Amino acid sequence: MSEPVRLTTPLKEEDVKRLRAGDRVLLNGAIYTARDAAHKRLVALLDEGKALPFDIKGQIIYYVGPAPAKPGQVVGSAGPTTSYRMDQYAPRLMEVGMRGMIGKGNRAKEVVEAGCKHGCVYFAAIGGAGALIARCIKKVDLVAYEDLGPEAVRRMEVEDFEVVVVNDVEGNDLYQMGKKLYAVNE
Amino acid sequence: MDTNYYLGEDVLQAFRRAMEDEGESPTGKSILKALLKNAEISANEQVPICQDTGFAVVYVEVGQDARIEGALLEDAVNEGVRQGYTEGYLRKSICDPFTRKNTTDNTPAVVITDIVPGDKIKIIMAPKGGGSENMSRVTMLKPSEGLKGIEDFVVQRANEAGSNPCPPVLVGVGIGGTSEKVAILARRALFRKIGSVNPDPELDASERRVLRRINNLGMGPQGLGGRCYAMAVHIEKFPCHIAQLPVAVNICCHASRHKEITI
Repeated sequence: MSEPVRLTTPLKEEDVKRLRAGDRVLLNGAIYTARDAAHKRLVALLDEGKALPFDIKGQIIYYVGPAPAKPGQVVGSAGPTTSYRMDQYAPRLMEVGMRGMIGKGNRAKEVVEAGCKHGCVYFAAIGGAGALIARCIKKVDLVAYEDLGPEAVRRMEVEDFEVVVVNDVEGNDLYQMGKKLYAVNE
Repeated sequence: MDTNYYLGEDVLQAFRRAMEDEGESPTGKSILKALLKNAEISANEQVPICQDTGFAVVYVEVGQDARIEGALLEDAVNEGVRQGYTEGYLRKSICDPFTRKNTTDNTPAVVITDIVPGDKIKIIMAPKGGGSENMSRVTMLKPSEGLKGIEDFVVQRANEAGSNPCPPVLVGVGIGGTSEKVAILARRALFRKIGSVNPDPELDASERRVLRRINNLGMGPQGLGGRCYAMAVHIEKFPCHIAQLPVAVNICCHASRHKEITI
């Protein structure tokens, strides 16, 4: 495995273009959380010609609905949720400047293609490692949609949040690459 | 609460075994190491293994000589879920299917009751996360498709599920009964300990074949390439109608959570 690349948000176009499927990345700075319910509202705002509740240019959206924080904790367990539920919304957010997404699982062909066109990468975090990931989240602020509870949009400040590039801007796919390397034909 | 904080020893052992496997990829090994670290943090700090603390599925086996006084059994279970999810800082994930409005206390639970011999009551708490449950399927095969058809269906399901259910996973398979019966068989198959042997030699052989075929797909931990996508395949069967061959697959994420108590 190669040495991880350290990146700080907001990401620049050249940051994203350099990344290749399989690269390990340590993310630093602010990232924003949203799941399907929040995505539906964000895209509805864009369709009405209105501004989003945060500046999405160069930003990363993390697909997560954290567990409640215990007293003294910044946030409860906070691992990625399955990404395909956001597929129908993601290209629209790329059009207005989103540079990265963090989740788990395959994306639709349309999402991978839109990522190539707009310069947006898809990262995977370890699904089910919520307690471990919560340790690199240093601050959490509510941004919008408090009524959605765990699905509200939050701004998280992270330090060395380890993710891996699944889909890069050339259309490579780490899930397909990994399978090819380790498949055994019977 | 405990089911969401502590991972079973059988799961931890399966991780360690997979890490020692020479064929496991470096990425796979580093993921298994992270999952072991995650389990250590959740147990030491009593925080959830995963933020998705699941739908509370509660199997209650009521001895037919036992007597329940006072509140309704289902109300008592829901009160337990309400208290556990609130006091345990577990995520509340249950909502109305259309408005998506959250019930705010993770109720109602899914309560499945069985009447069994004796005068005791056994309660099995088996929370199920959304990501892995979304990968469950029930299908009605033609009887002519036989065991080979069943095995092909299960392998295909794992292949399509890929990284979504947070591998390394456990695969529960139900065969027979009706559409509702087979779904329960598949879920209950997940309660068997990893490494235990199916007492039916034909099913035992089938479990080994399906496990090998799934892991030979090369998906590995988190689907990022490797040898350990599934830790085990467990199969339960029940007689079926002459016109049918029902099959259910229930995939469980690496956090195979279930705990039982007898009162």
